[in-house]
Amino acid sequence: MTIYLLAAILLVSLSGFYIGKNRASALVVGARIQSLPQYHGLRIALWCGLPALFLLGLWVVLEPFVIQSLVRNSLPPEFFNLSGDEAILAMMEISNLAQGIVGTQSGLPYAEQAASLLISMNQLSDYAMIVVVSVVSLSALVVAQSKVTADFPALESVEKAFNVFIFLSSAVAVLTTVAIVLSLLFESFKFFEQVPLHEFLFGLKWNPQIAIRADQGASTGAFGAVPVFSGTLLIAFVAILVAGPIGLASAVYFAEYANPRVRDVAKPTLELLAGIPTVVYGFFAALTVAPLVRELGLSLGLAVEARSALAAGIVMGIMIIPFISSLADDVITAVPQSLREGSYAMGATQSETIKYVIFPAALPGIVGAFLLAISRAIGETMIVAMAAGLNANLTANPLENVTTVTVQIVVALIGDQEFDDPKTLSAFALGLILFFMTLILNVFALMIVKRYREQYE
Amino acid sequence: MNRGFSRTTGGKPLSSLNIRRQRAERRFRRIGLFGVGLALASVLFLLGTIFSSGYSAFWRLHFAVDIDFDPVLMNVSSDPSLEELRDVNYLSLFRKNLERSYPEVKDRSERRKLAQMFSESVPDVLESLVISNPSLVGSKQRIWVLSSSSAEMIYKGAAPRDIEEKRRVLTDQQLTWLDQWHGENLTRTRFNFRFFTSGPSRSPELAGLGGAIVGSALTLLVTLLISFPMGVAAAIYLEEYAPKNRVSEIIEVNINNLAAVPSIIFGLLGLAVLLNVFGLPRGTPLVGGIVLSLMTLPTIIIASRAALKAVPPSIRDGALAMGASPMQTIFHHVLPLAMPGILTGSIIGLAQALGETAPLLMIGMFAFVADTPSGILDQASSLPVQIYLWAESSERGYVELTAAAIMIILVFLVFMNLLAVFLRKKFERRW
Repeated sequence: MTIYLLAAILLVSLSGFYIGKNRASALVVGARIQSLPQYHGLRIALWCGLPALFLLGLWVVLEPFVIQSLVRNSLPPEFFNLSGDEAILAMMEISNLAQGIVGTQSGLPYAEQAASLLISMNQLSDYAMIVVVSVVSLSALVVAQSKVTADFPALESVEKAFNVFIFLSSAVAVLTTVAIVLSLLFESFKFFEQVPLHEFLFGLKWNPQIAIRADQGASTGAFGAVPVFSGTLLIAFVAILVAGPIGLASAVYFAEYANPRVRDVAKPTLELLAGIPTVVYGFFAALTVAPLVRELGLSLGLAVEARSALAAGIVMGIMIIPFISSLADDVITAVPQSLREGSYAMGATQSETIKYVIFPAALPGIVGAFLLAISRAIGETMIVAMAAGLNANLTANPLENVTTVTVQIVVALIGDQEFDDPKTLSAFALGLILFFMTLILNVFALMIVKRYREQYE
Repeated sequence: MNRGFSRTTGGKPLSSLNIRRQRAERRFRRIGLFGVGLALASVLFLLGTIFSSGYSAFWRLHFAVDIDFDPVLMNVSSDPSLEELRDVNYLSLFRKNLERSYPEVKDRSERRKLAQMFSESVPDVLESLVISNPSLVGSKQRIWVLSSSSAEMIYKGAAPRDIEEKRRVLTDQQLTWLDQWHGENLTRTRFNFRFFTSGPSRSPELAGLGGAIVGSALTLLVTLLISFPMGVAAAIYLEEYAPKNRVSEIIEVNINNLAAVPSIIFGLLGLAVLLNVFGLPRGTPLVGGIVLSLMTLPTIIIASRAALKAVPPSIRDGALAMGASPMQTIFHHVLPLAMPGILTGSIIGLAQALGETAPLLMIGMFAFVADTPSGILDQASSLPVQIYLWAESSERGYVELTAAAIMIILVFLVFMNLLAVFLRKKFERRW
């Protein structure tokens, strides 16, 4: 239904465009025209399309709510005596009946009647939508095309619409951030109604199992997130331990030693690592690195678990090598040549120059690069979802298995989601913490890098 | 390159201090080289692992079986109608034919083991053969059918052979059959077309990527349609129109921060807002595309801004001096010159979106969808999610499928990146 209406609106807009363009072209013969014909056409097309589309969108979004509440109000008083869950079930049965899905007959006496009311309301709403939208679109066509005169500033109208469009497009970034924060906060509040905030932040036990039946005691599970955070940090730490030295060493080599031809080949190859989807790293970690680490550990007489933090951390480290190497490369190259020359003039070797002059000068930038890499490692999902453990384990031993914030989010949301149970909602509380952790790291890192850049400009 | 002290010793003998310094210099240089080497080695190791465990999935093992389409076995008349042929129990036809071909296999469980050498799809293959050509009834045919995944794993060497029977995927008896058939030329390998066309399956030998490729394409299409126009529009606003004030600053800071938000958070946003508030259908390319476009938007905006900034102001001034309106200046003069840079950035953004898994898991694109999606409102899978699902399956046959699927996605990514490089090299202008 909506699709056909969309097509109809497009059709009206298109014909509006041609009507406007032709009428304006006809004007050109006699008089000097203020705007080119195609802008007259565009203006009419926009008038035919935008208000109608807006209305259609609003209608589609609001329709179910309005109809649902109307149907609910028509129900007999005994419906309102039902408990919350029963009422939801009853409404579901009514909508199932209306869609012709027969199966769960609980024998509500008023269900049939309400269902037929629902059907007729849906139909009525559909007809009304067609009428209203087409009236809006067509009347816009009539009004807008009457304004096609030689001195009408059509270009200005189109320009105004364009300005609004580009402003709204850039505002989407702000809206997205606001929506992220609001939705995470909203769901987290629901979570913190059931689990106290201090328990979540400081509790040492994470075991989000929930009772399947209500009478299984108050076994709502434990939601102490400390082991989850410690696992995240442990894996990120291993990753930085791997990526830091390798990334920094290659950055120094590329920036100071490599001849241009080697650099032109090796640098893009290294940056290939940044383009590989993380699910590929996850597969690599689970299939190759984890067994390798385990065997190596066993041969050294160490007990390594199958999903050890070490394996996940190593692979995550490989993933973030290109981040560190290209960011550090940038800051090292940005150190002014005069500093190097001063150092050489004092008789320092190249390595001494790098160690004692360039590193201290580039240190803020390098710290920024490391912070960005850590933030990246904390937010990474697929590698840990495939190679790290599921059980929260409060340990600093990288040979054991630990879980991470992102893994717990995935675990909570894959499978049955119920938005009133703390297991599902815990994902949003974890997401909220994750969002702010990465946000602070990023803002801090960008600040350092920016200040550092200004220093040498 | 010839900077610093190390190469300027001339012919003079070196003091011990200087020898030490030279050694330190060489050591430092070697550490750098070692870092690069280690990084490149891990690229090679990763790709090597993927290719060596994935290439075999492009070939499938087939066995020859002699099938007697005996009307008595099929329980039909000698000149059966299509209806009758549809009602035939092809599984039992296949089993009875195996009994005839291998009369020495008497034991019930042995017979089951024999049947398990073949793919579960054999009855369906027989059915479609007979339906498309009813004259087969009454004839004897040698038919090539897919082997089971376990037999194939042993045949390809992907599963260990020389271990005790309990831990092997085939029994000793099955192993003997495999060798016997191989000796009698009853085995052959053929290119695995099914891998590119069919959907996921519970049997590895039947599973394919077709549905996931279509799902990814639809998702990416939605992403492109939303993020490209909006990203370019936002870049135009920020670069050409935005006044230097608080609002512009907030927008700018926001875009930079969004670029670094973990992808899983976008998935949570999609779940909480698109699915729960707006009630959009779960697990569809529409929702996936919207989420991925929010994620891609910062990349496209940042790249487009750089491209717009590179267009010299004289171009704008010239157009404005000729009486063009600001919008005309942008559309007729600035955008065409910035387009190569914008396209390059957008393609790279889309390539990232193609490999993104976590947000799609959050919005429910992980269901087992057997059919190829036909529109953006159908439940769909996508390439990276399929890789994740296969990687999580315990059956050994899925390992090579996962690796092969990764090869396919890498091919797509390489192609997209080459396209971006090509556009940049071919159309980039410098002033």
